[in-house]
Amino acid sequence: MTIDLKTIKHISKLSRISIDEQKAKKLSNDLNSIFEFIEKLNELDTSKTEALTSIAETTLKLRKDKIESKNIREDILKNSPDENKDFFVVPKVVE
Amino acid sequence: MSEITNFKLCDLVDKIKKKELSSKEITEAFINRSKQSTKLNSYISDNFDDAINSAEEFDSKPDLNKKIPGIPIAVKDLFCTKNLRTTAGSKILENFIPTYESTVTQNILNNGGIIIGKLNCDEFAMGSSNETSYYGNVQNPISENLVPGGSSGGSASALAAKLTPATIGTDTGGSIRQPASFTGTVGLKPTYGSCSRYGIVAFASSLDQAGPMTHDVKDCALLLEVMSSYDDKDSTSVDFVRGNYLKDLTDNIKGKKIGIPKEYRVDGMPKEIEKLWEKGIKIIKDNGGDVINISLPNTKYALPAYYIVAPAEASSNLARYDGVKYGFRSKGENLIDMYEKTRSEGFGDEVKRRIMIGTYVLSSGYYDAYYLKAQKVRRLIKNDFDEAYTKVDAILTPSTPSSAFKIGEKLNDPVSMYLNDIFTVPINLAGLPAISIPAGHDKKGFPLGLQIIGKAFDEQNILNIAYSIEKNIEYINNIDDWWIK
Repeated sequence: MTIDLKTIKHISKLSRISIDEQKAKKLSNDLNSIFEFIEKLNELDTSKTEALTSIAETTLKLRKDKIESKNIREDILKNSPDENKDFFVVPKVVE
Repeated sequence: MSEITNFKLCDLVDKIKKKELSSKEITEAFINRSKQSTKLNSYISDNFDDAINSAEEFDSKPDLNKKIPGIPIAVKDLFCTKNLRTTAGSKILENFIPTYESTVTQNILNNGGIIIGKLNCDEFAMGSSNETSYYGNVQNPISENLVPGGSSGGSASALAAKLTPATIGTDTGGSIRQPASFTGTVGLKPTYGSCSRYGIVAFASSLDQAGPMTHDVKDCALLLEVMSSYDDKDSTSVDFVRGNYLKDLTDNIKGKKIGIPKEYRVDGMPKEIEKLWEKGIKIIKDNGGDVINISLPNTKYALPAYYIVAPAEASSNLARYDGVKYGFRSKGENLIDMYEKTRSEGFGDEVKRRIMIGTYVLSSGYYDAYYLKAQKVRRLIKNDFDEAYTKVDAILTPSTPSSAFKIGEKLNDPVSMYLNDIFTVPINLAGLPAISIPAGHDKKGFPLGLQIIGKAFDEQNILNIAYSIEKNIEYINNIDDWWIK
């Protein structure tokens, strides 16, 4: 299996990471060598194996639905990019 | 002052308790040495002024009942520290100042510790040489232009160079044990669920664990006691009775059954590592342990499975860095363009590579072939360990297939870089505890480590075995302070 430039562009779009032509070529090479290595897993017959989704394998605990943080608006906005004042500001999305 | 930095963690605790040294004297000694050691590039941010204030405050009314009273400690820059910049080694978090404290660093503070700075690491902990950090390479104090390992490379470097008496790292596939092995120090990855993940910048949530890095096994036992706790804020934190790891530490391993897995004898492994392993086996036998040959047949599939599971989880965890709520933002013509440019400029090449692998293996049509397959293989690897533990109490292996390499040597070959973690990754996949201890040197004089893997929540046992081996080996780190001269 090979990961061609078209696939790289598709993954780049899904990942929301823009990539130029030159980097895409290098990435395609890197990913192909990594996947060649990953394909080793196909030697194993896992048709009867159950997937291990979590190592803890405990049921998640429930907690009381009560508010513990109060007046943290400033804290939340503190690290946001400069353009943000009282809200998270993003480029216009509606014409 | 310089001799203060030669003391180990337990010695310093003892000296504070006996009032032979003040917290301020100790804190200043480590800060001064850190200031002389900028060439190592171990730190990303320092907290020196605040730390001295905290030390003075501690000395004014010392609480000597705490576990690490008034002890300065620098931590990996992956732990969120309230009001202290936390970058995860990434440009995207260059200006991020957390408004909350991670549980593990809070435990350090609650036990009397003082945080003196944040240590360099691979970007988002993705790397095995500390070369993926946006804040530059870290030097291994063992020799110039040698990598300290990764991803907790700054932690290992600062510890070995005695810029901090102990430190903490995180380990997703070997990020504590491999740098410990490369720098002649001790590093322990606890059982998954032992240390809270709350406030640790997430890489691969089902694999990440925080753990101690120290000069010796005694210090390691003490720091693990400090770090480990049940935490409501981490849904995978496990509510078990934590041991008195230091008090219960013993070098008596009579009758303990130690497994030697044949699959860890890999092709091309240097003879010195083979010899070191034999030395460990002999010590265990001499100390009354039973050595038993075992098999972990799926070992060779661990690394390929890891390189599906870890990037898949990373691609999902790192989706939060979008330039909207915090962190770096790039200008874009529209929302999507802003996202794409922010992430393209904010992440380094290795992080992008792993996000792309993760996105690909989770994408429509490929999920079953890759991600589901890897999770099934993960089950087989865990089953191997479960089977082995019906016969043995712990497992002894080398920590890494080679000693530290030169900066730049493996940067252009991702697969060869990934192979560094071949002996450590299976343990994360199975969620088990493992410790790396320094055990010898190769012919270049670089440190080599042995790894002891335990049953889940059996940290005491691997600490005891490590302690017993450590006592016989009497390892000494040859460090000549080349970066200060």
